[in-house]
Amino acid sequence: MIVIKGVPASPGIAIGPAYVLENEEIVINRADVPKQKVAGEVRRFKGALEATHRDLDAAESKVLKMLGKEHARLIDTHRLILRDPLITKDVPQRIRGERVNAEFALSESLEVVNQAFEKMQDEFFRERRHDLFDVGKRLLSHLLKQDKKSLTDVKAPSILVARNLLPSDTLNLKENNILGFVTDLGGKTSHTAILAQSMEIPAVVGLSDASHRVKTGDTVILDGDQGLVIIHPSPEAIEKYQALHQRSLQEEESLERLRGVPATTSDGHKVRMTVNLDAIEELKAIMALKGDGIGLFRTEYLYLNRPTAPGEEEQAKVYTQVVRSLDPNPVVIRTADIGGDRLSQLGLEGPKNEANPFMGLRGIRLFLRHSDLLKTQLRAILRASVHGKVQVLLPMVSSLRELQSARRIFQQAQVELEAEGLELPKKVPLGIMVEIPSAAILLDAFLEEADFISIGTNDLIQYLLAVDRINEEVAHLYDPYHPAVLRVLEGIVQATHKHGKKVTVCGEMTSDPKAVPLLIGLGVDVLSVTPRMYLRVKQIVRSANAEELKGAVAKALRMPDSDQIRRLLSEIEAR
Amino acid sequence: MIEKVFVVRNKLGLHARPASLFVQTASRHRCKVTVSKDQSGEEIVVNGKSVMGIMMLAAACGEQVKVILDGADEKDALKRLEDLFVRKFDEE
Repeated sequence: MIVIKGVPASPGIAIGPAYVLENEEIVINRADVPKQKVAGEVRRFKGALEATHRDLDAAESKVLKMLGKEHARLIDTHRLILRDPLITKDVPQRIRGERVNAEFALSESLEVVNQAFEKMQDEFFRERRHDLFDVGKRLLSHLLKQDKKSLTDVKAPSILVARNLLPSDTLNLKENNILGFVTDLGGKTSHTAILAQSMEIPAVVGLSDASHRVKTGDTVILDGDQGLVIIHPSPEAIEKYQALHQRSLQEEESLERLRGVPATTSDGHKVRMTVNLDAIEELKAIMALKGDGIGLFRTEYLYLNRPTAPGEEEQAKVYTQVVRSLDPNPVVIRTADIGGDRLSQLGLEGPKNEANPFMGLRGIRLFLRHSDLLKTQLRAILRASVHGKVQVLLPMVSSLRELQSARRIFQQAQVELEAEGLELPKKVPLGIMVEIPSAAILLDAFLEEADFISIGTNDLIQYLLAVDRINEEVAHLYDPYHPAVLRVLEGIVQATHKHGKKVTVCGEMTSDPKAVPLLIGLGVDVLSVTPRMYLRVKQIVRSANAEELKGAVAKALRMPDSDQIRRLLSEIEAR
Repeated sequence: MIEKVFVVRNKLGLHARPASLFVQTASRHRCKVTVSKDQSGEEIVVNGKSVMGIMMLAAACGEQVKVILDGADEKDALKRLEDLFVRKFDEE
């Protein structure tokens, strides 16, 4: 039994026979090209460029289908590399200048870049060279008219062992009997690793010489959580890993069974569990969770990477699609919480370089300054409200006046739309995010005017503790279990319940297995959770005892430091 | 010819995506775009219209790069490129 430690690139366990992908060392020979054939050689190279562009188109539609838009950017990068003057200009220049074959010219050009990349200290940057290899290999295979070795030869479910896997190879793994893969090269941040994570294929990379040690057919255990590869495992090791694998499968399965069942605690206390929606691409996955609606629709993404703000029509279409899909469950749409730096990108006057953007022009502040942006978004949301249950949430509210101003614009929008002949629902609730301490302190006044509230724990904690989480010097002071945070949360829940209203919590705390019992014990009515953690959180809710947790929170509220609170929560978690 | 020094402010530095943005923006202009970075006393100079070139600089957050523009539309190009740095390449 040999155990090799590598880099855990994608979690999960796989046990099975190895399939070693022979290193396809492409040997490139320099061949002189006679003068009269140089132009033809350049044409041959251009043909290969075009063929590679077509490859990328095909790969793009595959990525889009399997993994979504975010990953399709990888293909954009590859396209840009393919259009890079270092390839499109240098290579023909070399062919003409040195009168050599296209393959050799290309490999020479790539080698120059490769050497520069290899010298880099920063792993993240160094890893990018694999994208270059990927494009280079495709080009070469077209020049050599050689089909890239395909994985369709793998007949039985196997663990793929290779010197290196390119991102484009990784894309084909799932449909080809591959349980997981191990490679000699690569790091955690390579595209190959990131793709493996999204496709949920266990992987260990950076094993230096695994591909020499393993032979096709050898039994291999791949532990993607610890980054271990075990070759010729002992029967005991196989048994241990099979049990581990079984357990994680069972866990997954038991989570699967939680789709659509109510989130009720063991003592019969019902918690409403909604989902956070960050971009329309997630809608399908969210629908599959069969939850109690969307507790936070973050609309910021609509305003990113574009030269003008999204118009009413465009927004109404998106909101309507979401509201219709979720009906009869409610959708809470938050007006965009964008910062002042976005304004100039959207072609509007705005501050450049705010010294402290977290305390600057953002959220409702920005939208009240540019009330046309707010009006447009509110009109779009109202138009969607005809198709289901909609609530509107305002971010970054710090004073009552902001809520009142926003409500006036909201009412104007309603009046306008009705005058235009739209039959709106009787009441579309308008609520506020409680994420600035002043809103938490003045909550009873806010509750007179806000139809509902939602606690944004990330910002609330950041402002309460005056800690910028991005600042590495102080990031460790960001502490959701700080006793002051606990007391403020408790105050918010009490005040809201006194007004006969429900408390929602969105933000990372709802997706932290340790914090969920705390929120239940505090009496939070609605949790809005990221899709990825949704079923896991539901499992915690269902195994919790609300009465018991209430007692634990009462105890925690008397504790003066977060270590004690953490310990108490760990005890609860262990139970 | 104009030149300006920028400090890279986005967390991951000029990796593939920001480099792509830079190159796309630079390529929309006719002027020559050159980017350089000081690497322990040695100056690396690359073509600002080459994504691999920009990535070869391995410019990390906090590091300085010099952008040199030469051509009729150099002023406009500088403005657009400056905007990218100010926006932190839309990454935060």
